[in-house]
Amino acid sequence: MENERTHIISALVLHKPGVLQRVAGLFTRRAFNIDSITVGTSEKEGMARMTIISRGDEKVLEQITKQLNKLIDVIKVRDLEYETTVKRELCLIKVNSPTEKIRSEVIQYAGIFRGRIIDVSPETLTIEITGDSDKIDTLIDLVRGFGIKEIARTGPTAMSRGIKTM
Amino acid sequence: MKGGQAIIKSLTDAGVEVVFGYPGGVLLPLYDVIYDSDLRHILVRHEQCAAHAADGYARASGEVGVCIGTSGPGATNLVTGIATAYMDSSPILALAGQVPSNLIGNDAFQEVDTLGITMPITKHSFQPMKAKEIPEMIKSSFYIASTGRPGPVVIDLPKDVQEEEFKREKDIKMDLPGYKPTKKGHPLQIKKAAKLIIKSKKPVILAGGGVIISESSPELLKLSETIGAPVTNTLLGKGSYPEDHNLSLGMLGMHGRKTANFLVDECDCLIAIGCRFSDRTTGNVDEFAKNAKIIHIDIDPAEIGKNIEVDVPIVGDAKNVLNALLEMILKEKMNLNTEKWLNHVKEFKNACIPRMSYNDVPLKPQTVIKEIFETLDEDTIVTTDVGQNQMWMAHYFTSKHPRTFLSSGGLGTMGFGFPAAMGAKVAKPETDVVAVCGDGGFLMVCQDLATIKEYDIPIVICILDNRRLGMVAQWQKLFYDKRMSHTHLGEVPDFVMLAESFGVSAERVERPGEIKDALSNALKSGEPSLLDIIIDPEEILPMVPPGCGLTELVGEYKVESEVPGEITYHEKSQEKAGE
Repeated sequence: MENERTHIISALVLHKPGVLQRVAGLFTRRAFNIDSITVGTSEKEGMARMTIISRGDEKVLEQITKQLNKLIDVIKVRDLEYETTVKRELCLIKVNSPTEKIRSEVIQYAGIFRGRIIDVSPETLTIEITGDSDKIDTLIDLVRGFGIKEIARTGPTAMSRGIKTM
Repeated sequence: MKGGQAIIKSLTDAGVEVVFGYPGGVLLPLYDVIYDSDLRHILVRHEQCAAHAADGYARASGEVGVCIGTSGPGATNLVTGIATAYMDSSPILALAGQVPSNLIGNDAFQEVDTLGITMPITKHSFQPMKAKEIPEMIKSSFYIASTGRPGPVVIDLPKDVQEEEFKREKDIKMDLPGYKPTKKGHPLQIKKAAKLIIKSKKPVILAGGGVIISESSPELLKLSETIGAPVTNTLLGKGSYPEDHNLSLGMLGMHGRKTANFLVDECDCLIAIGCRFSDRTTGNVDEFAKNAKIIHIDIDPAEIGKNIEVDVPIVGDAKNVLNALLEMILKEKMNLNTEKWLNHVKEFKNACIPRMSYNDVPLKPQTVIKEIFETLDEDTIVTTDVGQNQMWMAHYFTSKHPRTFLSSGGLGTMGFGFPAAMGAKVAKPETDVVAVCGDGGFLMVCQDLATIKEYDIPIVICILDNRRLGMVAQWQKLFYDKRMSHTHLGEVPDFVMLAESFGVSAERVERPGEIKDALSNALKSGEPSLLDIIIDPEEILPMVPPGCGLTELVGEYKVESEVPGEITYHEKSQEKAGE
């Protein structure tokens, strides 16, 4: 679609069983696209914050937020403005590194991207990196040549810059 | 107090007098409490009928209808009824049994993930894991089901929780921070709408089910008369506006009245109230009301802009909004002049009065509906099934009052009409209730003849019997080269004998003029009865093919003015009937 773009939807929800299923089920049922979803506790007791990355045009986005708002367990929904939002994702990359030379290259790359080596074995290194998704993609591309054994990404979590809260 | 007792106490506290249910293994603790309670329990013969009956009860009364089914198959049998209520915003509470909590997830006997299955078809759902949670959950369920845009709520009740002892609090508080339905419309939006209405020369009002739910029929009537706008309705909006009023256009849509379809196309301002612009109502959305500015009033913000782009959205309860809108229109310096438009409406309407007078045998459905209408009091509640019977009723039957025309609109559930009539009669014992069904839909739920007999629920079932899945057959005839794949239902059963085997009195009607007597006798008898009305299987209702604009009707739209002065009786030849 021509006006399709990526949206970051932040939702404050009751932290209780079934909420994730309700939200995820809504996306499936209404044929909304879902790129990633993260859930964790929030600053309010008994409530969790979900960050959902979705693609769609304005009309789809409007439907997503309205339908989410209809869920009884959802307290608040906000479509975060892309430009004024900090987005961070955590990624673990297990890279094949059997030789001294490769190991030092991988460590250098990780360093450039402010990643950390969090696990070492004779055959592999595991990098931990946080950042926005583009940065992580770039690092993954750089180390792909060495052979990637495994990747685990959380998907972005996000909040507005500055004093603004949702 | 035990969990089961808390359930019954909470139901009666909520004002529930009757429930429709079917017991089962995991519901034994609850049914043991029901055994001693004053709560009236109606034992249906299939859980789907419990859900439809609760739905019919809710639609007829405006109160929450309650149904009960056991775990596993009991719950899955409720599903169709829950989905039906969901699509039509009907407030029901479905209580489902569940296996003991320590067995949940083990694929125990009669275990099914009821919450998971019903999540997309409920407004909300609960599963108490401790008996102490029950009172608040039931109280919240009634509040959620009946407020805002109403809808079904499911409570999944593990067996052990029904048995657990606990101390019930005196004050039951609800904690629903995420649920705050909007009631009042935004004043600026209402002002915009008022200005648009005052400016318009050719306004039309489209009334949906929301008008009935919010009980704003008087406001609707006042608005239409104040601004001089004719009123069309959706299927679920039928009865929101008196259809014998000179401003009524009848139903809009795929099977709508020609008058409504053409005038909506022509209008310059469409005021849509409590409707969701279903594809069956709008036809091709690009063609829909293309000359009009659209005002959309709905309590559910998600309905605004979902199917149709609108010019002035107003989120709020229809009653509140209409009152505010009326006040504003009356306050503004009024210079409404729709006289020219109304003359045009009147002329066009008179030219398009659909033909209902026939003398044919087998009976034309139009004539059947005409005779049914002429027999019934205007406050009689009629229910329909789904398919041709439903559309003939929607098209030809004149409804005058809200909550007197009950039909499964959104889900289109065959088998709805009969159990819904049962529920409506239980809700309104003093009112006549007539179910108009097709033979196909009725056969799906006919086992509940036992229920209306055993509990003496005196409804009259009118089967429009054409031995066809008429609507599907109609589409095959029109769009699938007359290849009648699996739409002929054959010669069995004999519906009269079927009814009589349940002790329900029944009569077969085959000729014009016979329905009135049969129907009024059945109503007078005060007993449940069935009329097997044999109709012409070839008759089709003109329609808008899917994907077309509302004015692109196919099929000859026969009008009453073509009726020859004296209808001569003629027996239809067998060859013609078998075409």
